[in-house]
Amino acid sequence: MASSTSTRLLAPVGTAGKLFAFGLDVGRGLFRRPFQLREFIQQAWFVASVTIIPTALVAIPFGAVIALQVGGLIKQFGAQSFTGSASVLAVVQQAAPIGTALLIAGAGGSAIAADLGARKIREELDAMMVLGIDPIQRLVVPRVLGTILVAVFLNGMVSVVGVAGGYVFNVILQDGTPGAYLASFTALAQLPDLWIGLIKAAIFGLIAAVVASYKGMTAGGGPKGVGDAVNESVVITFLLLFVVNFVLSAVYLEIVPPKNG
Amino acid sequence: MGVEIKVEHLTKSFGKQLIWGDVTLTIPAGEICVMLGPSGTGKSVFLKTLIGLLKPDQGSIVIEGTDIASCPERELYEIRKLFGVLFQDGAMFGSMNLYDNVAFPLREHTRKSESEIRDVVMEKMDLVGLLGAEDKLPGEISGGMRKRAGLARALVLDPEIVLFDEPDSGLDPVRTAFLNQLIVDLNAQIDATFLIVTHDINTARTVPDNIGLLYHKHLAMFGPREMLLSSEEPVVRQFLNAQRVGPIGMSEEKDADELAAEADQELPPLPPIPMQLEPSNGVPRRSQREPGGWCRDNGVTPPPGSFEPQMTMTTGA
Repeated sequence: MASSTSTRLLAPVGTAGKLFAFGLDVGRGLFRRPFQLREFIQQAWFVASVTIIPTALVAIPFGAVIALQVGGLIKQFGAQSFTGSASVLAVVQQAAPIGTALLIAGAGGSAIAADLGARKIREELDAMMVLGIDPIQRLVVPRVLGTILVAVFLNGMVSVVGVAGGYVFNVILQDGTPGAYLASFTALAQLPDLWIGLIKAAIFGLIAAVVASYKGMTAGGGPKGVGDAVNESVVITFLLLFVVNFVLSAVYLEIVPPKNG
Repeated sequence: MGVEIKVEHLTKSFGKQLIWGDVTLTIPAGEICVMLGPSGTGKSVFLKTLIGLLKPDQGSIVIEGTDIASCPERELYEIRKLFGVLFQDGAMFGSMNLYDNVAFPLREHTRKSESEIRDVVMEKMDLVGLLGAEDKLPGEISGGMRKRAGLARALVLDPEIVLFDEPDSGLDPVRTAFLNQLIVDLNAQIDATFLIVTHDINTARTVPDNIGLLYHKHLAMFGPREMLLSSEEPVVRQFLNAQRVGPIGMSEEKDADELAAEADQELPPLPPIPMQLEPSNGVPRRSQREPGGWCRDNGVTPPPGSFEPQMTMTTGA
């Protein structure tokens, strides 16, 4: 009885360890030749194709909500001229990488987990291993790299669309002045904010792809197992994302002091 | 030329459940072996352990001096190139058509040009009778075709060892007969070591040189075909003749009461041993033994009517 309780309690630790070990295997696979260029391009294109439109659609309200909230608050301080700056800061540093990651995990990651899970239960992965091909190198590495690449690009797109959305809402709905919005861009925001946004997006893409691949490749128990794997991969990725985002933001704010307007 | 597989004291369990323990056998180079066993005795697990997809808890599997059970992953991937494996459902890559599926190992492992690849692929497709179906996707063809396509893919790298996971499950009797003939012809042609996992008795009685029987978490018997077919050992006898009387029950084992109840039942006589399937070109395989040879050498009288060429392939009552 006691042993079964402790195994149940320790099971998540084991899973975390296996996930980490899988991540290391992927890291090792990165440097193994031949690199699967074709698979990489196909996967990058695939992830991009399932995420671009939803991401753009999510980015607009993201930017708008920030503009509305910040705009309303800032008005009470009489500092409307900083609306643009706050909006840029929030979108570039936080909203863009998180929004990107949610869609990468939700649309791209679930597709990866479903694809690999289906291959797993149909014994395709076994067949591949038996043919002397390492599925991590052949399938997972290109997916992980493709997802990272697309995450970085999407991050750029969300930043632009989000800031543009904020502009539209600020100028049209809140009677902000276009000039002030644009001119204040660099008042609070600085170049490292852009870098941290990109780094975050890349790390979130990595996490999403590794978790999805791990869950897919360890799926078991028939079609239901694949469904479970997809579900778990999305939930685990989301949880990890918010923790990692918090840590990265805290570290970043320590290293790079905020600019004083 | 074929490679010998030496298995010693192999034990595998999932959690606390023992699948089979202390399995020791040598699969001789170039011969056809069949691994039999009631459903759920871990035949497929045995096959997957042989190719290193599952790690055994104990024991060793030595192929060309490498122990698969303990060697590092990189060596494992090297040694797997000696293998061709036919999975139960063919395990074709669903996103590729049959041609690309069969060409896949060649593209990954060799530096052959596309025209050379085409020659090899077409040759193997012809061998399994799938010419003209190259452009089909695995989802568009029948289970039997998938199986044959899987065989073509397994053979494309000229393997030294070919493993078949239930080649006859889900196939009609005619296709099974053709597939069995194909297996024998292939063995004559490429001299590889063949291991077939099945519970089709007809296949087991006519195709192999050696038979193994997994039962009740251990290897009940492994030896030449005639040894098992003439064996009086209850489990072997029951299984190879598809009888209800014997130690095997509906769920694994019969209990003492059931066994006592049938203690005084008369066992039906052993059916005659059929002739082994010969290659279709009539030239004997290298590992083929003379019919009745084992029985004569070991002083065993085969059941009456054995080794008569015109005998039908009945599996006994």
